[in-house]
Amino acid sequence: MLYAILCYNSEDVVYSWPKEQDDAVMARLSAVQQKLAGSGRLGPVARLMPTTTATTLRKDREPALVVDGPFAETKEQLLGFYIVECEGLEQALETARELGNANPGGAYEIRPVSVLNPPGPGFDSKSGTR
Amino acid sequence: MTQAAWIEAALTSARPQAVAALLRYFRDLDTAEEAFQDACLRALRTWPQKGPPRDPTAWLVFVGRNVAIDAVRRRRKLQELPPEETLADVDDTESELVERLDSADYRDDLLRLLFVCCHPDLPAPQQIALALRVVSGLSVQQIARAFLVSEAALEQRITRAKNRIAASMVPFDTPSPAERTERLGVVATMIYLLFNEGYSSTAESVALRQQLCEEAIRLARLLLRLFPSEPEMMGLTALLLLQHARSAARLDAKGAIVLLEDQDRELWDRTLIAEGLALIDKAVRHRQPGTYQIQAAIAALHSRAAHAADTDWAQIDLLYAALERLQPSPVVTLNRSVAVAKTRGPEAALAMIEPLAARLSGYFHFHGAKGAYLQQLGRQDEARDAFQRAISLAGSAAEAAHIRLHLDQMAKTGPPPEGDRAR
Repeated sequence: MLYAILCYNSEDVVYSWPKEQDDAVMARLSAVQQKLAGSGRLGPVARLMPTTTATTLRKDREPALVVDGPFAETKEQLLGFYIVECEGLEQALETARELGNANPGGAYEIRPVSVLNPPGPGFDSKSGTR
Repeated sequence: MTQAAWIEAALTSARPQAVAALLRYFRDLDTAEEAFQDACLRALRTWPQKGPPRDPTAWLVFVGRNVAIDAVRRRRKLQELPPEETLADVDDTESELVERLDSADYRDDLLRLLFVCCHPDLPAPQQIALALRVVSGLSVQQIARAFLVSEAALEQRITRAKNRIAASMVPFDTPSPAERTERLGVVATMIYLLFNEGYSSTAESVALRQQLCEEAIRLARLLLRLFPSEPEMMGLTALLLLQHARSAARLDAKGAIVLLEDQDRELWDRTLIAEGLALIDKAVRHRQPGTYQIQAAIAALHSRAAHAADTDWAQIDLLYAALERLQPSPVVTLNRSVAVAKTRGPEAALAMIEPLAARLSGYFHFHGAKGAYLQQLGRQDEARDAFQRAISLAGSAAEAAHIRLHLDQMAKTGPPPEGDRAR
């Protein structure tokens, strides 16, 4: 069985860490990840950019509405996610709209990925962040 | 992470919003600051035993408010505060408070607090010092070291600023949309000044300089989170991130400035660049260009060039032209001349900045750029004069050293000056 482990924390606090502290946390996490990878149990790991970079596509209306910022409602639940290579926000929105046409209702939050390990096959790594 | 480190980070991150909310209750900066300080002391005592509260900011506001009210009561010899254990157990009250302190309140509170620090009567250095002290919670010692002034002088500067603010307090009603936009603009300028203080300042210590830049980025991100649809806040945050991304490459081992075109681009922070580019993407969708967005777009073009030679100078020239239209200023024209020198040559660049001479005669970068164009045109004597003038106006040892490098280079490669034939 595959399990997703979703990470929640206070963004204010995490982005107030001095760099040394952030590095130290990442190093400790990396040790755990290596152990998991060693036993063949680790799938992709992603660190997302801050919520300020997020855009939300509300697809519960026609036409879908683009809103700045993360998905902030509490009446819907997180049901899944995609990792998609996009040239930029416009292409990401276009992709989300296409998915939304296939499955209207709810919303997609579109958030750039800061770090992805391992990078997916065939991904263009020119953004240099992974 | 140790619990102590977590608590410290939680207190640091809660400070801007908590002090802002307390300012709304007490309408006095000193009382708000003291209330927050007292709440932090209580947090340090009770959180390690009881665990951190669900919403640290709301906890600190609630406790800070009670402690301050109690202090007032005690001064009036009225009623004692309930013991700390009861206070720490604020879960029910806390959730009630969280509902009342919804994001709209926080948003206007924080904007008001920052705006108070930007009072138009206060000169820029006082605005920045005040924001660092009150909003960011840096110590007087830290700020004094960053500004290269004595602690006593800085303390005095902050007291004076606070007195001036107290004399003309900003209204506490909920601002109208127009007022909100105006406040955001003023606050954005202060955040940018704070960043520049860290980026180019007289502060000789790299660590301190970094801290000011990081603080500016933290405030910009926080504001953007509270005002998620403001394209200029996206632009400002992107601009700071893209410039800060180069910080590891900006100074060499000896602390001398490394020009953009000579920087080792491998040292640029790709994570910050990616975040900046993502924000520009978001801002562009609004089709409301502004000065921060344009400056961020210029910074982005530099970030996208793998080598200095790949830089899209023609596009940068166009962006500077747009910036000149939105915000005509001799400094913008001077910056544009750098792009013009690349696309149309040093002669055109020189012609562009010559009309600025009267207004920029006391500006280090004007004489530095003029010297560089003259040097490229082979007008060595005039170039030397311009460089000498730049050195006399340099704001830091690193700036002066950089210009001296030009002079040394001229001495080596240019026609040998009189009396120097032996070399």
